[in-house]
Order: sequence, then structure tokens, then C-alpha cells
Amino acid sequence: MTDEIVLPDGLDTIPKLLDRNAREFGENAACREKEFGIWQSWTWSQARDEVEQLALGLIELGLKKGDHVAIIGNNRPHLYWAMVASQACRAIPVPLYQDSVAEEMAYVLKHCGARFAIVEDQEQVDKLLEMSGKTPNLKQIIYLDPRGLRKYDHTSMHPYTDVQKLGVDQADAIRGPKKPTLREELDRRKETAGGEDTCVILYTSGTTGRPKGVVLSNYNIIATAKTSSGFDHLSASDSVLAYLPMAWVGDFIFSIGQSYWTGFCVSCPESPETMHQDMREIGPTYFFAPPRFYEGLITSVAIRMEDASPLKRRMYRYFMDHARAVGGAILDGKSVGLWARIKYALGSVLIYGPLKNTLGISRVRVGYTAGEAIGPEIFEFYRSLGINLKQLYGQTEAAVFVTQQPDGEVRADTVGVPSPGVEIRINDDGEVFYRSPGVFQIYFKNKKSTAETKDKDGWVATGDAGFIEPSTGHLRIIDRAKDVGKMRDGSMFAPKYVENKLKFYPNILEAVVFGDGRDTCCAFINIDLTAVGNWAERNNIMYGSYQELAGHPQVMAMIQEHVEEVNESIARDEMLSGCQIHRFLVLHKQLDADDGELTRTQKVRRSTIEEKYGDLITALYDGSNTVFADTEVTYEDGRKGRISATLEIRDARVVSAKRMAAE
Amino acid sequence: MNVMAEPTITEDHRTIGGVQMEVQNITLRFGGVTAIRDTSFDIREGEIRAIIGPNGAGKTSMLNVINGFYHPQEGTITFKGEKRHDMRPHIAATQGIARTFQNVALFKGMTTLDNIMSGRSLKMKKNIFWQMLYEGPAKKEEIEHRKFVETIIDFLEIQHIRRTPVGKLPYGLQKRVELGRALAMEPELLLLDEPMAGMNVEEKEDMSRFIIDINEEFGTTIALIEHDMGVVMDLSDRVVVLDHGELIADGTPEDVQKNQDVIDAYLGVAHD
Repeated sequence: MTDEIVLPDGLDTIPKLLDRNAREFGENAACREKEFGIWQSWTWSQARDEVEQLALGLIELGLKKGDHVAIIGNNRPHLYWAMVASQACRAIPVPLYQDSVAEEMAYVLKHCGARFAIVEDQEQVDKLLEMSGKTPNLKQIIYLDPRGLRKYDHTSMHPYTDVQKLGVDQADAIRGPKKPTLREELDRRKETAGGEDTCVILYTSGTTGRPKGVVLSNYNIIATAKTSSGFDHLSASDSVLAYLPMAWVGDFIFSIGQSYWTGFCVSCPESPETMHQDMREIGPTYFFAPPRFYEGLITSVAIRMEDASPLKRRMYRYFMDHARAVGGAILDGKSVGLWARIKYALGSVLIYGPLKNTLGISRVRVGYTAGEAIGPEIFEFYRSLGINLKQLYGQTEAAVFVTQQPDGEVRADTVGVPSPGVEIRINDDGEVFYRSPGVFQIYFKNKKSTAETKDKDGWVATGDAGFIEPSTGHLRIIDRAKDVGKMRDGSMFAPKYVENKLKFYPNILEAVVFGDGRDTCCAFINIDLTAVGNWAERNNIMYGSYQELAGHPQVMAMIQEHVEEVNESIARDEMLSGCQIHRFLVLHKQLDADDGELTRTQKVRRSTIEEKYGDLITALYDGSNTVFADTEVTYEDGRKGRISATLEIRDARVVSAKRMAAE
Repeated sequence: MNVMAEPTITEDHRTIGGVQMEVQNITLRFGGVTAIRDTSFDIREGEIRAIIGPNGAGKTSMLNVINGFYHPQEGTITFKGEKRHDMRPHIAATQGIARTFQNVALFKGMTTLDNIMSGRSLKMKKNIFWQMLYEGPAKKEEIEHRKFVETIIDFLEIQHIRRTPVGKLPYGLQKRVELGRALAMEPELLLLDEPMAGMNVEEKEDMSRFIIDINEEFGTTIALIEHDMGVVMDLSDRVVVLDHGELIADGTPEDVQKNQDVIDAYLGVAHD
């Protein structure tokens, strides 16, 4: 069994942690929110009072032990308090994605049987009312922002502040000879709660089938918060910006788990659109974002630098080249020549410092990226600036942390070593399993899925294939386990791994690699119209359509170069050297969700593509140099049309594994 | 002739009070051209009143008359029970009438915040010398006004463009800023000249929402000119229809839609 993490006495629930924080650093800021253009702060003791008032009101409204409370809205202190207030009443908070459509919400509300919903504004109230026929359990709606709601029927709807007022007014009212007052009832509920109680239910977004409700106990959350805070030396003086959806496990761990454990301050942006501005003002020291966020920042920098004066542009190029060369090493504390250090220091004053300040990342001490693979250039960009950007690998089922990168051992192609308290095992098919204090209890009302995912010893299947690098002990994730296959000679075939490498080139938007059960690998490539179009403009290449640009000989040559570079990099990997791309073609149309080729979240639907483009795949493998393609396309308004073209098939140079070994 | 109407409650629980503004027998001529001929109607407190009509019907002229920019040759205007004399628009503004324009009329080089602050200038009491001194009473006053402006920014959900010069903003947002500036005057009667012109469907939906919310939250009376019939029929309590400077219909959206004169005016029946 996993080493039990021992929690200090009396600190086994979130409301108890809140009480401790109010006692020990009551005057420190617990949370901030920008409202009316000014940062409003609440100290820990104020936060405790807010939570208590709300909890009293909720009990008065009839919230019982074991009830589920749906929480829906953008990141706001009041909604975080609503979660903790629910826990104080021994009810279970269930945060929902605020941008889900009414139907999706209705499914989750019905599945968990929520009796209360605490929501942000009219938009969310409208969705709940629209679905009220499907959610018979929902009895009370509490809303934060009264705008537009004045005229609604208020028999089972209350403004947030009214509920708090109700709680305060009734707190000490005598209820009868033997009955406890509200305050006594609340205290009793808080005391009787323990580590084994459910802390929160988080519904996974569910790429396949219906969302599943992951049940996490207080112990899961607090033990994870404790070990992960220790790993990165988080303390009460840290600061985070809460801008990722409240329904996502990461936000729950960072903004509640770790914040309540260590006592650091959580800041909420004024609105999702002002996030960048707010980030600059707050200057978080601990920061998490998905790869696309980091990519977006770099793109905005690149565009602004193109418009800058020639002197600035030259300075930027010069110092960024230098940072790329030595920045990462300096960050890792490796030895670097004196002159290089002096130049880097000069660069910090002239370029890196101002740049980091503009991006709002000057104070970032620990930054994480996770969710999908991040391009090595993007990763290196931030590291060379001196930002300690690291990768982690996690799951809702693990209360986030499975592996993470320790300081000084950061690389773009691994996801790090097992987090403290986590055990990792790879089974014979290459699938990654883990066991940790954070491992979820069950999927709510779903025994079948629980049994499929978690065995009786507590090992959880990730559904991802990977391996542990023998030399470093770092985990490397290759692909989704169900996509990993075998080539005819028995070597491993991991399409996503190769596709990701291709997609890191800005010119390549999408790639689909074939090879399962075959001798060699071949690929379809989609060019990125923005990037390639921009390149064409700069090089005076004329084109009339996407199709024409995609088939242009110079574009083909450029893509070929990329493919060959990828082959070289794959060849260095013993296990996957068989996945090098022998032949490829550039598709005449963009893969599109409207045609069923991608999912709505832009993930490749392999089987559909294999079926639809069967003739092209045959051509890739039969050695022909061109192939005629005629494809049906669906336009955005639902009309159908056809696109046909003769596509060129090119051979790419592959590197033999033997030669690599000899070098 | 309309008499003082009794307060009524609408289907959606809004209270519509007595007559706030009455326009009686207005005739407006520019030299030989008669823009408005003998037109009368009223606007009641708390209602959303639409003025519609084909191009050149005299809608904007009518708004300019209400707002004191044009002085009609004949007829009277009564606002809040007081008969009005010829006056300048800024007097109308001090009396509680604010407006937005068909072509956005903002200070392009100034930020959203400053543009909306300019809507407060009539409310500033301290004279120029205090303001030049800045520290002291003028600063205190400015902070009060800034607070009010921030509630408007929050209301219209334009926090993200607070510091952006309005010239850089897309058209739909500029319209929103202009609405914000009008709201900064805390008007009792808000005149909107084609608030949805040039907007896409989503922007129109947003703007409609804001108009309804302004009316509900602040109880502001709204008179609007609009060409999008869907919007007009959804939003307004009563509709005035003008054609060639004359009033051809006045009533609820349902009545107006059925009115034969209105149908003719829009479908273009030959005028005798």
C-alpha cells in the first residue's frame, strides 16, 4: 500500500483549514477580486466570516448533510466560499463548467441529484430554469449578481447576500427546548466531518461518452495539497491567479487545496477578457496554464516585435539568441562562462526583464504546463527567459499530480518523476498505472467504470501509454494507449507521438500518421494556412486557393524538410525508430469537424479518416507518385460540395537505426 | 390628444407611469422643406418607446427636436409637466435627457474611461480653479464620479477596454461606450438613435439586453429609433410610425404591425 500521509490533528477538512488560517494568519489576504476597477481584498478572518454566514443561511434554507450543491460561474471569491460553506454544512460541492450548455448541465445536476445550486448570474439561472423539468431534485437557486433577475419568481431563488443575512439573523434564535440553534448545528456538522468524507465531486469533461463524477475525499485533496506544496516549497507569501474553470480539478487543488493548506492568496480576474491585464497587476508567483496559453503569449510578442522599431527588433533578436543559448543552463544552475553571464545580465536589464513584466510573469517562481504536449521551442523560450516553467502529468482521478518535474531536471520531452507519495507501474502493453494518496474514491453512481479504472489494490489505469527512462527515472508519455499499435515487425507504433512532433512546426496544422500492422509509416499533412500563407506572401509566391498553396512545389519541399527533421529526431529513440515517415502527401482540404474528421475539440478521428481517404492511403503504400482525390466537403451552412485534386506523393529520407547507433 | 395616463403594470411586471414628455402639434421646417408636420405623441415614464419609419421620415429630426437641438416653428413640448421654451441641448441635458447618435460621436483619441467620464462633466460642481488645484475638494469629487463611472463600465461589461482609446475599438463596442457616456448623465429620458445600426446578430442581442436592463434596473425611459423590426417589436411597449414627416400610426407593436398605412409606407405604395 502507498505510504499513508499523516495529516496534523484537526486539519482533515477544508473548513477546519480555514479556521486555522483565520487563527494563524487572520490579517493576511486570503483572496482578491478586481471589481469596479479596484482590487478588493478579503483577509482570512473575513473569508471565514463570509463562509460561516453563508453556511448558516444554507442550513436555514434546508441544506442537509450529504446534499449535493452545484456551483456554476466564473472564478469569484464568493463561489469559492460557496464550496467551502457547503463543506462546512457537510454537503458536497459539485462545480460545473460555466460555459456548458443547459442540456449538459441538466445531465450532471440530475446525475448527482443536486438540491441546491449557487450560481453567478442571470445567464446561469436561465439555463437552470430552462432545464427545470429535467432536474426535479433542484430546490433552491442562489445567485450572486442580481442584475436582470429582479422580476423573476423568487419562491425558490435567493440573492447570495440575503442568504448570508438570513444566516446571521437566525444564527442564535432559540428553536425549541431540545433543538440546537443554527450556530450549534453548524459547529456540530463541522466537528463531525473527517478526512474520509467526500470533499468534492468533479465531473470529467468526457471525450468519450457521458461525463463521469470523480469523487475525491478530504484526505485525497489535503494530502495532495500537502505533498505538492512541499515539492515546490509553496508558502503563505505566494500568489496565484484563479482563471481556469472552477470545475477543473487543477483549479480546485491550486485555489482551494494548496491555498488553504499553505495560506497563500488567490486573486480572481475582473472578467475573463481582462485576464492578461489583471495578471500583470497581480504578478503571480505560482502559475499554471495549458500549452496553448503559452503559445498565445509568444505569438503576441512576435507580432508586436515585428511592428517595433529596427533598433528594438535587433536588440530583441540578439539577446533572445543569447538567451536560447545559455538561459536554460543558467536557470538550472549549471556552469556558464563569465562573459555569457555578463551578457545575459545585460539582456535581463534591456530585454528579458521588460518582456517578462509586459507578460505579467516577472514574479513567476514556479510555472506549470500540462494537458497536452508542449512544443520544445515554446518551452525553451520561457525557460531561457529565466521562467521556471515545468511540466506535470496529472488526472482528475489522481487529484492532479501523477508526475512532475523537479527543479533542475526540466526537459520538454518528459513529464517528470513521480510526485511525492505516488507509485508508478507500466504494464506489459505499455500502459501507465499509478497509486497515490490522491487516488479518487469512486466514480459517482458508476460501479462499472470504477471497476474498469481502479483495481482492488488502488492502482489506477491512466489510459496513456508511456515508459520510464532508465537513465533518469523520468516518465515519458507516448500516446493514448488505445491508439498505440504494433508495426508488422513487432516494434511499437505511436501515431500521436509522431504527429505531435510534426505539429510543433508552425507550418503544419494537423498530421495523421498510418502504420499500424504495416511495414512502414506514412502520413497525411495539413498545412497551416496562416503561417504558410504568410510565408508565401513574404516570398512572393502566388496562390489562388488553399488547394493550390497546399500543392505548391516549394510548400511540398518545405514540408518534406520538416518530415525529414522529424524522422531524424525519431530515429534517436530506440523504441520508436520504426515510426519514421517513409512517404507523405499534403491534403487538398483542411480536416474539419463539420466533415466528421475531427472531434469538436479538434482531435483527429482516426477511423473516419482511414475510411474516407482509403484510396489515398492505398496510394501511399503502393508506390505511386500521384493520386487523384475527390472528396465531399460540408460547408458551414450544411450544404455539401466536392473538391478534387491530383496530389503529389513524396518520399522522405529516413535514418536507419543502425547508423544512428554507430554515430 | 393624449390625456395623462394612469400608471399601468406591463406583462413583464414593469411599472409604466404617467406622461413624461408630450409632443404636441410639432411642425419643423427647413426653409421650404417640411421635415415634420403637425405631429403629436407622448412618452410615458418608464416605457420603451420606438420611433420607426422609412428613410427620410423625420425620425432623427424628431429626436433632435425632443433634445432641443432643433426648434420647431409650431407646436409645444412638455417635459415633466413643464412647457418648454426654445433652448440649447445642454439645457435639455441638465434636465435629464441624454442621447446617443446615429454615427458614433465619441472622442476617438480618448480612452473608454475618459469618454464616459466626460458624460459626468455636467454633474461636476467644482469650478475650474479648484480643478486646476486638483488636490482637495476637486479630487474628492472626481473620485465620487469615477466610482459611478465604474458601475457603468461593470454594467456594460466593458472592463477589458477601460484603457483603450475608443478609435481603436470595433464599431459594436464604440456604440456601447457611447451608451455608457449617455448613462453617465443619469438621464430620466434616454434617446437612442439607431443603437443597432451596423451590428451583427450577436452584438444586436447584447445591445437589446443592455437596453432592457437599463430600463429595468434604473427605470430609465427610453425612446429609440431603429430599423430592425424584430428588435423594435420585441423591445418596445409602444411604437410611433412616421412617414414623410407625418405621424401615420401610434400604438402597441401588434397594432402597428396590422396597420394598413404602416404596411403601405414600408412596402412603398405610391403617394398621391
